[in-house]
Amino acid sequence: MNIIVCIKQVPDTETKVKVGPDGKTIDPAGVNYILNPYDEFAVEEGLRIKEKHGGEVTVVSLGPDRVTSAIRTALAMGADKGVHIKLDDTYLDSHAVASVLADTLKELPYDIILMGKQAVDDDNLQVGPRVATLLGIPCVTVVTKLEIGDGKLVAEREVEGGTEVIEASLPAVVTAQKGLNEPRYASVKGIMMAKKKPIEEKTVDAPETQLEIVKMDYPPERQAGKFIGKGVDDVPELVRRLHEEAKVI
Amino acid sequence: MAFRGVDFLEFDSLLSEEERLIRDTVREFVEKEVVPIIAEYYQKGQFPMHLVPMMAELGLFGANLQGYGAAGVNNVAYGLMMQELERGDSAVRSFASVQGSLVMYPIYAFGNDEQKKKYLPELAAGRLIGCYGLTEPDAGSDPGSMRTYAVKDGSYYRLNGSKMWITNGSISDIAIVWAKLDGTVHGFIVEKDFPGFETREIKNKLSLRASVTSELIFEDCRVPEENRLPATSGLKSALMCLTQARYGIAWGAIGAAMDCYEEARNYVAERIQFGKPVASFQITQQKLALMLTEITKMQFYTLQLGRLKDQGKAKYYHISMAKRNNVYWALEIARMAREMLGASGIVDEYHAMRHAANLESVKTYEGTHEIHTLIVGEHITGIPAYGGEN
Ligand SMILES: Cc1cc2nc3c(=O)[nH]c(=O)nc-3n(C[C@H](O)[C@H](O)[C@H](O)COP(=O)(O)OP(=O)(O)OC[C@H]3O[C@@H](n4cnc5c(N)ncnc54)[C@H](O)[C@@H]3O)c2cc1C
Repeated sequence: MNIIVCIKQVPDTETKVKVGPDGKTIDPAGVNYILNPYDEFAVEEGLRIKEKHGGEVTVVSLGPDRVTSAIRTALAMGADKGVHIKLDDTYLDSHAVASVLADTLKELPYDIILMGKQAVDDDNLQVGPRVATLLGIPCVTVVTKLEIGDGKLVAEREVEGGTEVIEASLPAVVTAQKGLNEPRYASVKGIMMAKKKPIEEKTVDAPETQLEIVKMDYPPERQAGKFIGKGVDDVPELVRRLHEEAKVI
Repeated sequence: MAFRGVDFLEFDSLLSEEERLIRDTVREFVEKEVVPIIAEYYQKGQFPMHLVPMMAELGLFGANLQGYGAAGVNNVAYGLMMQELERGDSAVRSFASVQGSLVMYPIYAFGNDEQKKKYLPELAAGRLIGCYGLTEPDAGSDPGSMRTYAVKDGSYYRLNGSKMWITNGSISDIAIVWAKLDGTVHGFIVEKDFPGFETREIKNKLSLRASVTSELIFEDCRVPEENRLPATSGLKSALMCLTQARYGIAWGAIGAAMDCYEEARNYVAERIQFGKPVASFQITQQKLALMLTEITKMQFYTLQLGRLKDQGKAKYYHISMAKRNNVYWALEIARMAREMLGASGIVDEYHAMRHAANLESVKTYEGTHEIHTLIVGEHITGIPAYGGEN
């Protein structure tokens, strides 16, 4: 099996992001970057498919130089090789990202393409389906269980109130949801070995974007809480205020 | 909030990508597997044994050795691992230090091929646990005065004596035991079921409660000839192991200090007294500034020490200075952090007091603060001041 995992490097979810001076981008100073958590599920799933069915896991990422550390993390977990599509740190919409990825993927052998269901930084949830469309192959999103059979896959997805079981022919794009698996730690030996694994660098022209960010803003400040009292006696007053002032009950 | 380490002066820019990845991996392990459970084990007075296979899987045991299943990382990466482990708890770092620097290292440095092949891969994989017996009830800072001795008896040695304060003693499969043979100190690999070998756990500790500390007792213990480490040269060899372990401790102390600093800083930012965050008072800020200053100094000294060690240039007195300084300041910082947390600081929901209690042991073991002072003092003056005949 040729297993491809597309990964993205994102700011650590613990980072307090600051808007840059242009008001449109985040200030990279002091930002700690990590492998997108949903992509970790995708890498883990890729490794499990390889362990069961044999083959090779290739991770593909696009972005500036710093993304090599996300690629190395995936290699340290056990992926076999990396492809780094070098692009400056400028805004790319989902369409632009998907088209660059699809162009690269066309040149690689693939039986299955895995990704996280979304990147936790921009939350667009679009790249998986768009890549599948550009490649003309099926796409199953938000998957919590995956089995690979002869030329096909069976995937489970959580839908409102239950589970949906989907069958699709391979090759296909699958996007990972939390719960798909428990990602392994990259072992220290894995990290040492990752150093010797190849990362192919590709340079591409900056793709066209259809969207433009005009402004980034912080959420409104939280108002200071009101202290109503402690103990059972003050509950009626709390209920009254929630009902009459906050209008939430 | 997840632990992010302390980096005031772009320390990270001096690390390779690999070193950072290794540190972050251990950091994540500690965050997920150690921090949530360690207070409970501390209170129970038990070592969390279930961590051993995970630590082995990660490659934490003897990581700076080459071959025999060891990860083979450089000394800086190794140090960063110890930093992260001790950020969790000194007991977890102690376990790794003993297993790697005090059990695997002597076999690696002074053992023959058979011994290396027999023990090292098993120790690296955590399938065997080891301990290191140098200290005795009447020989602590002055290990040369040890009484444990070996006598040759055919193809065996008979070992008599006892060892005290031995980390992992009663959970170990093998013990590296130092004993006098014809007046010279030698190292022996004693397996737990050798006849005449017993261990007794030391209970009721107020420090390092999540670590097992034991007494080892040898009564005509029969140790086969092939279990003597052939390449040792007296007490010096035992001290060489300590130099390895002390290097790791110097890094470990930074981890404990960082954890306390982070905890105190977060706490005082939220805690309101006199209508203001405690962080806004000058005395609090003085403490925070001192903590951050000392942590930053430790980081750069210890990093340089690691780079020198990789070049084969780190001397035992360089390592003594780091162990002495870092543990001293880690303990001061832990106490200060406890203070800044007020009453909350005395419950196990917060880490500072557990770190402080642990660091009392760390300050004593592997050469006390005073002994390291004398080692540096001897280097400066050329005059040994340990007492006795030297
Ligand atoms: C939790 C824990 C785990 C340990 N694990 C191990 C282990 O795994 N293996 C092992 O072999 N040992 C271990 N030790 C023992 C440790 O290394 C010794 O406790 C240490 O070397 C000090 O010896 P001592 O306790 O006998 O103190 P002593 O040597 O009796 O010292 C008492 C005091 O006198 C001071 N002192 C002694 N000599 C001088 C001097 N010349 N000048 C000035 N001051 C001096 C000391 O600094 C100290 O303050 C452990 C100890 C602890 C607490």
